[in-house]
Amino acid sequence: MVAVNKDMNILVVDDYQTMIRIIKNLLKQLGFNNADEATDGGMAFEKISAKNYGLIISDWNMEPMTGIDLLKKVRGSGNKVPFIMVTAESKTENVLAAREAGVNNYIVKPFNADTLKTKLTSVLGEF
Amino acid sequence: MDAQQQAAAENLKDRAYTRKEVVEIIRTVLGSIDKNNEPTAKLHNELSTLVSYIENMRSELAHMRSIEISHHHIPTAADELDAVVEETASATGTIMDACEKIEKVADSLTSPVSDDLANAVTSIYEACGFQDITGQRITKVVKTLKHIEAKVTEIINAFGHSGEELESKITDNDKKSLLQGPQIGSEASSQDDIDKLLASFD
Repeated sequence: MVAVNKDMNILVVDDYQTMIRIIKNLLKQLGFNNADEATDGGMAFEKISAKNYGLIISDWNMEPMTGIDLLKKVRGSGNKVPFIMVTAESKTENVLAAREAGVNNYIVKPFNADTLKTKLTSVLGEF
Repeated sequence: MDAQQQAAAENLKDRAYTRKEVVEIIRTVLGSIDKNNEPTAKLHNELSTLVSYIENMRSELAHMRSIEISHHHIPTAADELDAVVEETASATGTIMDACEKIEKVADSLTSPVSDDLANAVTSIYEACGFQDITGQRITKVVKTLKHIEAKVTEIINAFGHSGEELESKITDNDKKSLLQGPQIGSEASSQDDIDKLLASFD
């Protein structure tokens, strides 16, 4: 089993600064210290194009570019970076659409630290 | 209906009519109807009722002070809700600043105290997620309010009201009230402003 590289670059995308801070702080507690941030899909895509990320954690509901559009754009560019959607959109059709677009996992807000850890483990492996 | 009438009817479909125009059209039709002929007399009655209905609707709208709803109550409610989002975001930021300081202190302590503190801070981070959720819900309500505001304005305009003359009256009335609750953003006075004002009386 390959050990998870905790020095990987992670991109946290959310239009609420509070949520960015929550996720970054929880990641820090789990030992992931290299987290960048973006406040919409467009800004995130620019960062993804310029830097090598090991994980994207993105909200869905953002303007002007949503999380699902970001996911489609990332996958459309051939990038297979692990992508976790963290959103209050909890309808089955949303989850299915995200899955169809190539999401690796899905967290429904509000969430707790244990859920985040479980999802990270399922996407990255045990750490 | 011949081809010419049909073409005219098609053109009419794309046009929006004011209340006055509708009433005028109905009155013209009423004038051309023979009231002594039984079938057309019935039509005459129906159209007369329609004119009364439109006129009543107009006066009811005025009575409901619907302009106040669209020009004052809804925008005020939307502003208040926006302010709730901003204030909860700011308060949550302060809570998280404090948590980050506690985490630094916890790092310098030994287990189990440091672990207990770290767990407590994690719980606070998790709970701070409320700001994101409530913010999204409130934003949704604000959008709905703005949609209602636009629709009410459309109805008012269709019935021939203009909001401007009433708006100044509303603002004057509101300024007279001292019970306006917390002030929003730039309208608010800071403690410094108030101290300066009080000091100016000394």
